[in-house]
Amino acid sequence: MSVVTNPVTMPATIPEAGKEDNYLTHSSGFLSWALTLDHKRIGLMYLVGVMSAFALGGVIALLIRIHLWNPNLDSAQAWFTNKQYNQLFTLHGAVMVFLFIIPSIPAALGNFLLPIMLGTKDVAFPRLNLGSFYLWIGGALFFLFSLFATGLDTGWTFYTPYSIESQGPVIAATMGVFILGFSSIFTGLNFIVTINTMRPPGMTWFRMPLFLWAIYSTAIIQVLATPVLGITMLLLAAEKLLGIGIFDSRLNGDPVAFQHFFWFYSHPAVYIMILPAMGIISELMSVHSHKGIFGYRMIAYSSVAIALFGFLVWGHHMFTSGMADVTTIVFSALTFTVSIPSAIKVFNWIGTMYQGTISLNTPMVYALSFIFLFTIGGLTGLFLGALSTDMHLHATYFVIAHFHYVMMGGTLIAFLGGVFHWWPKMTGKMFNDFAGIVSAAIIFVGFNLTFLPQFVLGTRGMPRRYASYKPEFQLLHQLSTIGAIMLGIGLLVALLTLLHSIFYGSKAPRNPWGGATLEWECSSPPPHDNFSSAPTVGDPYDFSRIEFDPKTGSYFKKK
Amino acid sequence: MIPTILADINDSFWFPKQASNFAPDVDWLYNAIVYISIAFFVPIVAAMIYFTVKYRERPGYKGSFEALHNTTIEVLWSVIPTVIAGWIFWQGLLGYIAMQSPPPSGTEDIKVIAKRWNWNFKYPNGAESTELHVPVGRPAKMIMRSTDVNHGFFVPAFRVKRDIIPGRFHYSWFTPTLEGTYDLFCSEYCGDNHSTMNAKVFVQSEEDYAKFLAEAIKEPEDIVERGRWLYERKACKGCHYAGKDGAQGPGPSYNGTWGKSVPLAKGADASGKETLFDDQYVLNSILNPEQQKRKGYENAVMPSYKGELKIEQIEALAAFIKSLESEAAPAKK
Repeated sequence: MSVVTNPVTMPATIPEAGKEDNYLTHSSGFLSWALTLDHKRIGLMYLVGVMSAFALGGVIALLIRIHLWNPNLDSAQAWFTNKQYNQLFTLHGAVMVFLFIIPSIPAALGNFLLPIMLGTKDVAFPRLNLGSFYLWIGGALFFLFSLFATGLDTGWTFYTPYSIESQGPVIAATMGVFILGFSSIFTGLNFIVTINTMRPPGMTWFRMPLFLWAIYSTAIIQVLATPVLGITMLLLAAEKLLGIGIFDSRLNGDPVAFQHFFWFYSHPAVYIMILPAMGIISELMSVHSHKGIFGYRMIAYSSVAIALFGFLVWGHHMFTSGMADVTTIVFSALTFTVSIPSAIKVFNWIGTMYQGTISLNTPMVYALSFIFLFTIGGLTGLFLGALSTDMHLHATYFVIAHFHYVMMGGTLIAFLGGVFHWWPKMTGKMFNDFAGIVSAAIIFVGFNLTFLPQFVLGTRGMPRRYASYKPEFQLLHQLSTIGAIMLGIGLLVALLTLLHSIFYGSKAPRNPWGGATLEWECSSPPPHDNFSSAPTVGDPYDFSRIEFDPKTGSYFKKK
Repeated sequence: MIPTILADINDSFWFPKQASNFAPDVDWLYNAIVYISIAFFVPIVAAMIYFTVKYRERPGYKGSFEALHNTTIEVLWSVIPTVIAGWIFWQGLLGYIAMQSPPPSGTEDIKVIAKRWNWNFKYPNGAESTELHVPVGRPAKMIMRSTDVNHGFFVPAFRVKRDIIPGRFHYSWFTPTLEGTYDLFCSEYCGDNHSTMNAKVFVQSEEDYAKFLAEAIKEPEDIVERGRWLYERKACKGCHYAGKDGAQGPGPSYNGTWGKSVPLAKGADASGKETLFDDQYVLNSILNPEQQKRKGYENAVMPSYKGELKIEQIEALAAFIKSLESEAAPAKK
């Protein structure tokens, strides 16, 4: 698109001309950030935090893949010992889940965007918001310290009874998760109250941007499900310290009970991870197609439906664990119900493109990449939801590939698309669009090369969490490792593109993409108070009045 | 490249050989879902690419803002996937019920004991082995228990998997249909050497199976040979290196230690002292492994064999270890 490929260098003509106030320059000094109550600064600090966590988890993933280049049947030639390998995959899972994916979109992008999309100054409880950030920092440091200091090797799932007798720092790690859980609850609570009470006059529920519907549904899960994680972690600590005999079979406890507790949170948590990503894609697809979202109500309802159904399907992580047959069958049936709202969303996104005016720029390329990868992730879930095929595929690489297609191909790609989409708004700088598209392309190819072979590994019987494997699996493992390295390079290109824009990017106009939601009506970056006067609320997907102004390089809304 | 991908153990691109009564059904449903997935995936991606090209932003083209809602198509793309998902659920359910319904009688009942990081199989005649032997064409029922943490019984060629949870008996059954040797994997993470907790499954003709059972029950006469025999069958081999055999793994090697003083780990019963490696030490290490752990093996997990080994068998094991007193220790711990 011309706006981006030929960066506009002229200063955007801003109605409130003169020295422009923005939230980045509003005040300065370390404390102005450390003690800020501004949701935008908190969002930005979260963004830096979760991206650092992602970088850490990603480097560990590369170490895992490099280790698996060889079958390691001769332990003398392996990169890592079995124990080290177990610690690495535990670290990878725990860091990615608890420190990156769960907070990524709601806490970073959600914090930044939610009040602006609502046309308000801030979230309902700014101090709670800052508190949630410090809980995240505290929890993350506690968690990482305990993981690195002594080497947790239980897997991120902490399954009993292994976690009860494990020498690793299980209690310290569970306390870290406990603290991080509160960070997540506070964020969710804040968003629920903000959306319920602070919508501007005229913004009815069905005039809310779909990103807010997604964040709202996510917040409900965060508030309702995360306490169960806290309870589970406390019970596990009590079992370990006091031997109360609930999960430990030697004390007549039941290890499967722990799995129920754990997945009662951790399955809804999957939707904490994917729902906000779906919200981002709804925004990206409509803005860059310059056309309203297709089937707005269906997408909004399906977000809520996913949030509710998501509470009823935890048992599908446990089909082989020895639940009663009736329970197993009921969970399988419920699992299929949750697939329908996701399918509807995909169809609606495609419908949004129909007869639109599609700008194929970086955020849109990420969004299209999301649809491709998420569809594979969703469809491969059918094999795992069906009971007889799951008996073969459970706990193999097929599961690994499936959830990486959803979590990484889905959430991470949407997160990156969202970061590129709102980057001009957050930083006031335009990035190099060509470099952005190149990063998306490398990531797309690298991702598929990493995880497509893992489906085949899984159907052929390669179990997960194996430090060594049979020689016949080697070729597929090597393809996967090459893909992982490529994926790492692509992510690095994306990061460099963003960093480059901070120093060399041209000034971003108010509305570079032609969005119709409220965040595009304040300057880029937004002023400290977001809006000097309350904005008028219209249909968030009415693009018929959005016009491009070549003079400012910005879109504007015709009166 | 294709021949390598289709390694000889695989009959098809996706799966290992079909070696049980369940395999054809599972593969059939798998393939059906593959076709259903393609039927969804290809049109979605095709539409995505076609729209991207056809409706791309370009000079002189202006899209419409109109197509935002269409009840017919929205109902269709909600109802059709629901019906298909229902069908997949139903097929999966039928297959699962078959897997959960072993024949009421006539099964070859084999007890499976999973412990870190070994398998032990006990047959109806009392014979034991660390590899699984099953007769072809006759239903076999696994009666499985774990002595420590969660494990999983997974034979890819049978398309069968079941977790093994301590404190419970879990069952798995199948009718092997094809003679041959297959892999058995532990599918639930169980700690350090989870990935080496593998065994072979030998699907044999009735005659070969009967021959195996007859031989497996015979204990060797010679006491040292009997010790070696127990070493192989009682899963010592999975952790302890002996002679030129066994895992150079979590436990200390038997080689060259008999009669020597060995340093003990810091612990309640023997803080940093040494002890003589003799009959008493062997007995104690087998029955109360936590008591006198060797230095350098503080974190190794050795299950107690109290009640599982008779005193005569422990004597045989001690004789076997004694026979290794001049063997060299392995290069690496």
